[in-house]
Amino acid sequence: MADSDGRQVDSINNATDEDVKLQEIVLAKNEGKELTKEEKQRLRKEKKQHKKSKKDDKGPPEKEKVKEKASVPVPSKPATQSPAHKAAPVPVNASASESPAAAEKPAKSKAELRAERRARQDSDRASKQGKKEVGQQSASSKPKATPNELQPVVKRLPEHVQVDDPAALKKLAKKLERQQVPLRSDYGYKVSLFSHLHQYSRKNPPTQQISIPATVIHPSIVRLGLQYSQGIIAGSNARSVALLHAFKQVIQDYSTPPNEELSRDLVNKLSPYISFLSQCRPLSASMGNAIKYIKKEISNIPSQCKEEEAKGELQACIDSYINEKIILASEAISKYAIEKISNGDVILVYGCSSLVNHILCKAFEKQRKFRVIVVDSRPRLEGRETLRRLVKKGIRCTYVLISALSYILPEVSKVFLGAHALLANGYVMSRVGTSQIALVAKAYNVPVLVCCETYKFCERVQTDSFVSNELDDPDDLIVTRNGKTHLENWQTVKSLGLLNLVYDVTPPDFVDLVITDLGMIPCTSVPVVLRVKNVDQ
Amino acid sequence: MPGADKETDLSERIESFLSELKRCGSGAGSLRGSAETARETTALLRRITAQARWSNAGDLMEIIRKEGRRMTAAQPSVTTVGNMVRRVLKIIREEYARSRGSTEEADQQESLHKLLTSGGSSEDNFRQHFAHLKANVIEAINELLTELEGTTDNISMQALEHIHSNEVIMTIGRSRTVEAFLKDAARKRKFHVMVAECAPFCQGHEMATSLSKEDIETTVIPDAAIFAVMSRVNKVIIGTQTVLANGGLRAVNGTHTLALAAKHHSTPLIVCAPMFKLSPQVSDTPVQSHLHDLVKLTSILSKVNAHCPVFDYVPPELITLFISNIGGNAPSYIYRLMSELYHPEDHEL
Repeated sequence: MADSDGRQVDSINNATDEDVKLQEIVLAKNEGKELTKEEKQRLRKEKKQHKKSKKDDKGPPEKEKVKEKASVPVPSKPATQSPAHKAAPVPVNASASESPAAAEKPAKSKAELRAERRARQDSDRASKQGKKEVGQQSASSKPKATPNELQPVVKRLPEHVQVDDPAALKKLAKKLERQQVPLRSDYGYKVSLFSHLHQYSRKNPPTQQISIPATVIHPSIVRLGLQYSQGIIAGSNARSVALLHAFKQVIQDYSTPPNEELSRDLVNKLSPYISFLSQCRPLSASMGNAIKYIKKEISNIPSQCKEEEAKGELQACIDSYINEKIILASEAISKYAIEKISNGDVILVYGCSSLVNHILCKAFEKQRKFRVIVVDSRPRLEGRETLRRLVKKGIRCTYVLISALSYILPEVSKVFLGAHALLANGYVMSRVGTSQIALVAKAYNVPVLVCCETYKFCERVQTDSFVSNELDDPDDLIVTRNGKTHLENWQTVKSLGLLNLVYDVTPPDFVDLVITDLGMIPCTSVPVVLRVKNVDQ
Repeated sequence: MPGADKETDLSERIESFLSELKRCGSGAGSLRGSAETARETTALLRRITAQARWSNAGDLMEIIRKEGRRMTAAQPSVTTVGNMVRRVLKIIREEYARSRGSTEEADQQESLHKLLTSGGSSEDNFRQHFAHLKANVIEAINELLTELEGTTDNISMQALEHIHSNEVIMTIGRSRTVEAFLKDAARKRKFHVMVAECAPFCQGHEMATSLSKEDIETTVIPDAAIFAVMSRVNKVIIGTQTVLANGGLRAVNGTHTLALAAKHHSTPLIVCAPMFKLSPQVSDTPVQSHLHDLVKLTSILSKVNAHCPVFDYVPPELITLFISNIGGNAPSYIYRLMSELYHPEDHEL
């Protein structure tokens, strides 16, 4: 049988360079480099062989099942592997990796093994189509499956909150060097409470350090990164949609190199792009979810699929994702939200949320009589954009700055807020200032409604705005008043720091209702939705 | 004639003071601090006392009341002027009573017994002429001036009692009192200060640069981040424009949000306010300012209402402590201090 032969070859190879490989794997783990898929599968195989001596031979189907499960992108590695401390900004799936400069000797046998394994997998996949899920299989594979379903507790700490750890920084630098992505350096004095976060200057985008045309990074990704870092594309939905369109372009231009499979290689190709984008601006929760979805779709492309067909299928997937999760979701949310808007309402909105603007425009079209108060804040002043859009529609608007909130709130009947992400403990992560609005609204007993699509829900938990946030360019706070710019030379003053936070978290007791495309739920039901979503997937 | 000269000189000074008040405005950041305004007002009142023609206390009080009304009408939001006028009126009453020889302290207190037994109004009482009244009043006003000059120092001297080391203190906008308070504490202790910039005029920037020059670790935060960082703040120390009779505040806009955030996190809110800011008014008619910050929106400005209030009302429940030049007080005690500073009949000028 090809199986036993293959495995025998494997075991022979194992015997000869087992020690070397194990050493290499240990070394790689210690240096923090990503284990290649082969190395991980080797480790798994060792353990399997240990188990084999105890159990009956359930063998190849189970192994293939496990391997296939492993190749499905999960937010973290299966619990059987000791979590290597990775420095990846985005939960990268187990199979995406850039192999370190591996020695030539194991490389050859790796390719051999890979080919054999692939042949085995294909044959087994074909045979497995007819097989039913046997209780034994599910039972033995359950230890692997259950942790996936329950989202294993140990997760990699994202790199962007470890800036104060020099080891993590070194790891990141090495990884970026490998991927040929420029490393962006921090700028300016950082407030000590936030020394674990990056702080970049808008005047030094990472695109300055790469050559044009970039060989490693696709030009549409470079453009996207520049748009992110300069703030040209801002807003959770806008960033996700732009990202997905850029990926569509990447897929369009992609061609599978020989001896590679599209499902594996494309995912590997995307890694440096994602690193680059996160150097330009830390990824948002919505972007993270979108990336996870794409990687899953790519990995699920069957190997016999022709390249053109596969590319077409992926692009259709992306289109349907955008359509379902963003466009149709906003339609559904508007429908629910319009029920909550009555004639004569005075609605308060903050900053610029594409979803809230859409809701208000729809409500206005449906002949609801209301007026809007737009609250804005320095330094972004996004409320002006909202003001423009609403006035263009013909809605009556009032404009105030956030410091005038207590003055204007007695007139307000409802507050509509947008969200950047909804965390699993019910906290709403949104533009800085949102929590303040919710606080004062609560003090005046004004209902607060948060509108958020379900694709922005994320499994993270957070209780304050410090542990994970984004620091924007501190120079944005500098302003000239009465001809004087007091903060002009803030860098020269040793003890002066400027803090330009981007996000903050709102506790769930300030929020009265969350309107999602699945309906109107209280803030605390977010983990329920997440669970339902995961089961679906 | 020397008398006429003096009079014209006096009226000139009054006019110039009034025009400066009008020009000063409250929006673009006062051209002068309230302490300075208080001092100038008191000096002007002293001059009026010295140079105007009056024969008895009642006349003097009429003159001062008239000038006081003009001054408060020039710039209603600057309440220190009215407060000083009331202080001087009270001084006059006291000096008059002392000259008459009655023990005024007991009589001042309103009691039910007094209301029942007092005969006519006390209007007539101020018609007697006393030779030394002028000198006494001027001396008392001088004392008041000395008190005014020392207020900031008195408040700063209490700083070390309230700030321990490695604290994170939050403040908003620019208050000279708080600035002096923090600088005094910084001489002996190390702490961090977060300054909310207080848009649209961003007085916080000036405060931050001034504090950081004294080697105090300062951070400027935008107003929107007040609640976000409040969880790490140990104390909130603010100044105010006026302290109202019920213990509430009329402070720069954004203070109410700050107070609510502090209440939510159970962070003590300390107000540094000298006694001359105590005002018997309770009205908080909103004062609005010009909106130069909206210049970029001219295209749609015609279709949009914009509001830019200058002051916020902060209710006394949100305040923990008042630090004034006579020590620390709870907000519930303010009404008592008020009754010692001003005579009830002077509340309406």
